[in-house]
Amino acid sequence: MVAMPVLSLNSVCKAYGDTRALDNVSLEFADNCITAVIGRSGCGKSTLLRACNGLVVPDKGTVEVFGQPLDHNELPRLRRRMGYAVQGTGLFPHLSARANITLLAALEGWEQDRIRQRLSELLTLTQLTDDQLDKYPHQLSGGQQQRVGLCRAMMLRPEILLLDEPFAAIDPITRTDIHRQLLQLHQAEPTTAVLVTHDMREAMRLADHIVVMEEGHISSRTAEDLRQDNPDKDPDELLQLLMAETGQ
Amino acid sequence: MTRRSAIMAGLAVCILSAAALLYILQSAGASQAVRIGSKIFPESYILAEITAQILESRGIAVERKLGLGGTLIAFEALQTGSIDIYPEYTGTLSQAVLRQPKITAVQLHAALADRDLAIGALFGFNNSYAIAISEDIAASRNITLVSELAEHPDLNIGFSLEFLNRGDGWPALQAAYRLPQRASGIEHALAYRAIESGKLDVTDAYTTDGELDSFDLRLLLDDKAFFPGYDAVLLARKDLPRAVTEVLLNLGSRIDEATMRTLNRRVANEKMEPRLVAAQFLRDSGLVTANTVASAGMARRILGYTAVHLKLTLIALLLACVVAIPAALALARHTGVARGLLYVTGLVQTVPALALLALLVPIVGLGEIPAIIALFLYSLLPIVRNTLTGIFSVDPLLKQVATGMGLTASQQLWKVELPLAAPTILAGVKTAAIISIGTATLAAFVGAGGLGEPIITGLTLNDHRLILEGAIPAALLAITAELLFEVIERTTVPAHLRV
Repeated sequence: MVAMPVLSLNSVCKAYGDTRALDNVSLEFADNCITAVIGRSGCGKSTLLRACNGLVVPDKGTVEVFGQPLDHNELPRLRRRMGYAVQGTGLFPHLSARANITLLAALEGWEQDRIRQRLSELLTLTQLTDDQLDKYPHQLSGGQQQRVGLCRAMMLRPEILLLDEPFAAIDPITRTDIHRQLLQLHQAEPTTAVLVTHDMREAMRLADHIVVMEEGHISSRTAEDLRQDNPDKDPDELLQLLMAETGQ
Repeated sequence: MTRRSAIMAGLAVCILSAAALLYILQSAGASQAVRIGSKIFPESYILAEITAQILESRGIAVERKLGLGGTLIAFEALQTGSIDIYPEYTGTLSQAVLRQPKITAVQLHAALADRDLAIGALFGFNNSYAIAISEDIAASRNITLVSELAEHPDLNIGFSLEFLNRGDGWPALQAAYRLPQRASGIEHALAYRAIESGKLDVTDAYTTDGELDSFDLRLLLDDKAFFPGYDAVLLARKDLPRAVTEVLLNLGSRIDEATMRTLNRRVANEKMEPRLVAAQFLRDSGLVTANTVASAGMARRILGYTAVHLKLTLIALLLACVVAIPAALALARHTGVARGLLYVTGLVQTVPALALLALLVPIVGLGEIPAIIALFLYSLLPIVRNTLTGIFSVDPLLKQVATGMGLTASQQLWKVELPLAAPTILAGVKTAAIISIGTATLAAFVGAGGLGEPIITGLTLNDHRLILEGAIPAALLAITAELLFEVIERTTVPAHLRV
């Protein structure tokens, strides 16, 4: 018997007016792997991500999470098992970094000790310091904000991690640091992660699977296969290659 | 329970508790004292004080609601039982209240009786329009009657603008007496001086004008009985205790036109307070033997006014917060309805405060209740508007993140939207507070007291000291409110989120 994947899309369609954001997309995300969804702006990749946690309701098809079709009456409960981080961090400006990270745990009624312990685990993995946590988001650098966003998404030990272009607005040097911390985090606490990005280098560096989207269609490969089949191609050329396949 | 039904339930609880609070306030305000009203001009103040002091001298408790902002407010207050007595004029009753100008005295009594009202006492003077002429000219040409003016077309006539233009003023007078003169308009305050200096011969006057005696003027006899009678009366509720009505009978026919002119002059020209003028009259006429006027110190008086003012403003503001914030939050998701709510609260704002108070008096009576309701209604708009603006201006990305993280709708409201909208909401409450402190000065028109009381009395009596007694504390209150809200904002809102 084959185990159900933690997260999958079955023939999902979603259109905004005449624009088809998702055109009959079926996709099984590999459990406990990072899958990068890559494509140009407006190709439907953010719609795909938001269909996973119910922020977007498909016109047709189903999203299956934890082996069940996504139950829209249970969304808040299900979403707490799916970490979520977005571009520009989406940190709440009225809460300190610490309060941002621990908000959900507090709402879940965690004991103070348990919160403190979990927080220190996350701090170690992301190399944030205690006094940075006492600051408001606007007092932190872009990279620090992004790490706080990651910690917030990971606070409840989610089984799924949804990342919507989280590193788009960060300078290349800081981005490299954060990539490393994300990989450490993922190694220490594996999740079925979906990373939406428009940067093929980032995708190749972080992801086990690469999904390319173009006008609502996808084509997917493992990163390993891509590298082995095309040892002489750089990421940009690999991207062109995959883009060409989406049209078929 | 869904979020919407929770909010609706909360809203219902808020409105019910507001209603309960109003009910408690209303019943607390009811007392056994005889409540005496007056309109907002010196003669009315004096007559009301005379009435109040004679009752007090006979051991009857009295509550003063002086300076009510107009005939209709005073009459409605009497009809609804918010006051028991106020000085009125028969002509005003027949013309402005009953709208039956040709009514006879007997019919007037019957019409009042139908409304459970009665005339408690006729003071004995008629405060009517009159035609005044320079005494020199009157003597040299031997003019004593209005009709004799027709024989002197060369006379220079000037009337106050109101009399000149009123249908029942000069045009009707000219027709009734077939007067050939052309009249010009002149500011009433200047007319007597114009006659004194010979630039004018004839003008309009009213018979109890305190200034008449200061000038050499003759009042012409209205020989065709053109002007309706404006006999001064004490208009009272029929259900007054006998002990009260019997005391009031003592005031019958005690004041003639000359006496009233003297009393008015003491207030208008000599700047005496109406209560002192009234006390002196009662002693001089032997109606009261002991000195009954107790005078409170200025500081205590101002403190008292300020306390009432604060009470009115605070209750209205709290009610407005309790109703407006939940209502705006409940409706924020439905932009159409939210816009409707803004229109309605905006509409209330366009009703002049005095008109709103006048509309409320027949419904809820006099005193603090109409004042609080009016202040409450005026506070709604800034609070509703800012609550909606605050909620609408929360970054959509943050709302999306909050939803995507798994916050329930009510957690989103309490943990994200409300804290982010709070500075804007607070600014709205501050605006409402300052508007209320200003507007509450009008509460005195409906007998609610507060800092408007010395202001309105001062305006009526042209007493600047009295105006400042109300205006300065009101300004200080507004500044204090401003500072207080600044402190609240500094302590509750992080610096980078302040508006």
